[in-house]
Amino acid sequence: MHFFKHFLQQRRSLRRLTFYFAAIALVCLAFADIVISTRSPGHELWLMAKGLVTPRIEDSHQWLDAVIYTLTFSLQGVILAAGLGFVLSIFYHLAWVRVLGACLRSVHEVFWALIFIQIFGISTLAGVLAILLPFGGTIAKVYGEQLEESDPSPARALLPGGGTSISHFFYTRLPLAFHAMRNYTAYRMECAIRSSVVLGFIGLPTLGFHLETALRTGDYSSASALLLTLLALVYSLRFWFKAKWLWILVPAAFIARPLSAQWSAANLGQFLWDCVPGPIRQDWPLEKTLRWLLWLGEQIASGVWNTALLAQIVLVLTGIFALLGSTLNSSHFVAGMARSTGDGFLLILRSLPEYLLNFIGLIVLGPSMLPAIIAMTLHNGAIIGHLLGGHSDEIEPAAIPSGPLCRFAYYYVPTLYQRFLAYCFYRWEIIIRETAMLGILGIPTLGFYIDSAFEFLRFDVALILIAVSAGMTLSADYISRKLRHQFLKPDLRPAHGSQIQMAPLTFRNP
Amino acid sequence: MSALLELKDCRLTYPSNARNEADKLALAIDHLTIREGDRIALLGKSGAGKSTLLRHIRHQLADRASWCPQDASLVPQLKVFHNIYSGALDRHSGFVNLTNLLLPSSHFEAEITALAEPLGISELLWTKADELSGGQQQRVAIARALYQQKPILLADEPVSALDKLQGREILELLVSRHDTSVIAMHNAQLALTVCNRVIGLKDQKLFLDCPVDQLSADSIGQLYQ
Repeated sequence: MHFFKHFLQQRRSLRRLTFYFAAIALVCLAFADIVISTRSPGHELWLMAKGLVTPRIEDSHQWLDAVIYTLTFSLQGVILAAGLGFVLSIFYHLAWVRVLGACLRSVHEVFWALIFIQIFGISTLAGVLAILLPFGGTIAKVYGEQLEESDPSPARALLPGGGTSISHFFYTRLPLAFHAMRNYTAYRMECAIRSSVVLGFIGLPTLGFHLETALRTGDYSSASALLLTLLALVYSLRFWFKAKWLWILVPAAFIARPLSAQWSAANLGQFLWDCVPGPIRQDWPLEKTLRWLLWLGEQIASGVWNTALLAQIVLVLTGIFALLGSTLNSSHFVAGMARSTGDGFLLILRSLPEYLLNFIGLIVLGPSMLPAIIAMTLHNGAIIGHLLGGHSDEIEPAAIPSGPLCRFAYYYVPTLYQRFLAYCFYRWEIIIRETAMLGILGIPTLGFYIDSAFEFLRFDVALILIAVSAGMTLSADYISRKLRHQFLKPDLRPAHGSQIQMAPLTFRNP
Repeated sequence: MSALLELKDCRLTYPSNARNEADKLALAIDHLTIREGDRIALLGKSGAGKSTLLRHIRHQLADRASWCPQDASLVPQLKVFHNIYSGALDRHSGFVNLTNLLLPSSHFEAEITALAEPLGISELLWTKADELSGGQQQRVAIARALYQQKPILLADEPVSALDKLQGREILELLVSRHDTSVIAMHNAQLALTVCNRVIGLKDQKLFLDCPVDQLSADSIGQLYQ
């Protein structure tokens, strides 16, 4: 009884915050549609496992072409996004720049791609723009925070308020943040390769395009080869994605696959005209408009409900998986080879895009929310787990030695809990964005309705729904900022965002 | 000599850490005039308000004064050359500055080498600032202040990390390159050899203000009691 009284009275109780999140997730779970509808999931998994160990490249010419497209999309996208983000970050103190950045990144790259494919056809420009815009928004935020957090004293040594001219920026501000910015750009390149593969699933000619075909037709050996190619690309990044190589790589990327588009002014005009909401464009009578609004409202309500439902379940499961998984990369629990293996496992999971994991899950388990839950939990949990485990190296070993279970519950979790929550809150808006997007694969989150709107060429509806999903992402960002501000230590609050940014992929040497 | 700056009934405060509490007093000055040609040694125990006064003077003089902060405040990632050059950013166009960042111009290199020579850091121009010792960093900060080429110098403990002899030479160099100097110093003896006027702060107040040659050893003693 006493415990409950205390529980309710404490003002900033992390325990209570966690309890509410878990309770909401449990309620959501009761409403969620979770079934295994395939007859023999084990058999399908067995076939996949067999395929995984017998990778085969059917058509090496086609394979090479897809690899080049994957790399050029991601390289061009990231370099242009870094440029855009950099310019925005210089002006990050202006409110409208921050809003612009937030809007750009609140729309998933898959949705951007769906829009640009309508305008530019299946083309390099559509693919690159789809990566460039959301990545530019994210990079602007992180660069902006990294610049804000850099030491202001050298700038103030020259002018009392710190110089505001371009020269002062390049001499006294940029050098201080440059290293962190470069590391973050390397991490974004890893994300861009994943995104580039995912864009293949909706028709662009990257690895994902062939991966989808292979998975759909049950050709798991080809799928395995493509999957291993993806892992190899991500893993090899640190050998070739280096500042000194970019002078060659970037021009090479633009020469290998120049930006092109099947573009016509008439086409664009038609698209823009179609984006005007139907009732206004075709001057519908009131009654028809009302029916349209009801129909649209139903989609929004269902999409928002399912997106929120799924995202809250995933958020909590991600947290649990991350806490448990982080022990695989923590000096408090494992060492030497065991740790390298554990961390390698987390890094491989993190390298697999949730879209791909969800796609595989659908084949094995059949359509329901379950594959999406598993896919996002594994992907996001592995990202947080890897970082949290790495961070745990910085804390002292427990003063009182005890078994691993007690150490986990009484020392490891309590000491790391604030940082763990910071990671989860940071990831929340990303989980919402992903949940909305995964609807494309059939679960009725916003993406499902967006995809079908595109299919029926109802661009007005599609854009409204995309705006709703952006609004959801922005509100998650807003709530998470509030919560971080209220509950977390000052150095984990939103003002110090870049401290909890994702670091580039590093494998640990035993 | 014309007055550069006159402070009257000046109360300098800093915000209190606790919320809903009035700002705390850092320094109260009834009257203080800084004239052209003054070489002022700003003395006092730590916490007496030296840095506060310097910052205030700097704020008042805006871009007429060059500034040499207590902690060198260099950009650790840049070479010594660029750190010193950054003192001159306002004299050149953005284009010249950015070009010099990527391709250091030989003209500036010659200028800065000549400046660095008497400071004993001309060998270090192409070293990154974070690889320097504390004393070296301080000399780079001094070079940066000199390269601002302003008529007035404001310096906060500019030679605290240097040995006595070196400190004196560099201090002399600093005051000789500026018409007017205000230098906060911990070491009173060293300050008195290069300055012509002493301002002593004690208990957040102006305690002493007189020419060096009229100074009694007694008053310095009282200042540090």
